[in-house]
Amino acid sequence: MSEFFAMGGYGVYVWGSYGVTFVLLAIEVVLLLKRKRETKT
Amino acid sequence: MTAESLKWFWYASPQTFFPLAGRIARVCAALAAILTLAGLYVGFFVAPTDAQQGEAYRIIFIHVPAAWMSMFIYVVMACWAALGLALNTRLSFMMTRALAPTGALFTFIALWTGSLWGRPTWGTYWVWGDTRLMTELILLFLYFGVMALQAAIDERRRSDRAGAVLAIVGVVNIPIIYYSVQWWNTLHQGASVSFTRAPSMAATMFTGMILMAAAFWMYSIAVALTRVRCEIVESE
Repeated sequence: MSEFFAMGGYGVYVWGSYGVTFVLLAIEVVLLLKRKRETKT
Repeated sequence: MTAESLKWFWYASPQTFFPLAGRIARVCAALAAILTLAGLYVGFFVAPTDAQQGEAYRIIFIHVPAAWMSMFIYVVMACWAALGLALNTRLSFMMTRALAPTGALFTFIALWTGSLWGRPTWGTYWVWGDTRLMTELILLFLYFGVMALQAAIDERRRSDRAGAVLAIVGVVNIPIIYYSVQWWNTLHQGASVSFTRAPSMAATMFTGMILMAAAFWMYSIAVALTRVRCEIVESE
């Protein structure tokens, strides 16, 4: 398990990429759903 | 005029497009979730470790699809902008507005993941003056410019047209990004996938990349159509 997260020593680069990507996509979705609620669509 | 083209004009009206956009968005959102899970599974558990780059190469599964989306969304956005300028259809400009933030987001993701991939493979996060990196950064600024123009002018028609003109002019950057790895010396490797030859990577790596690309496509359609529905309601 910890071997998986270590990514052969590249963990910080791999998870830094995936983490930021999915956080940003999640933020876009949350902001959009908030806007959707406010416009009552 | 044929019945087929009449149907397209029918959907060009925001009111009739609205429910259709909602249905497509829901289907695409569900597909995006499924494809993402499949892509991550293949990317992390099926695709083998790269002989040269070790596990660092796994960034490819988001980097390449995000870079494709950053360019493709720009072209689609510019097409809507051109359609809007030519036919003066409200829905076209709304689509331009709906696509810009998502395009900018994928451009940032492509730059961010590229930077984190560059560090272990090239030994640097960023190279000023490298054409592939510079043209992709210019793409980000083009998205910001289009969004700024759309937001800056109070009169809606004028801001739509100003944003559309910049979007269309900026299209010239897209082939420069795409061919920069061939036209100039750059640290960035050439395309791993092209229309004219077999992909230069293991089949499972390619599958993971295509699954993630499909997921990003579905995500982009779902988000853009949901945003255009907000635009339609807000403009009434």
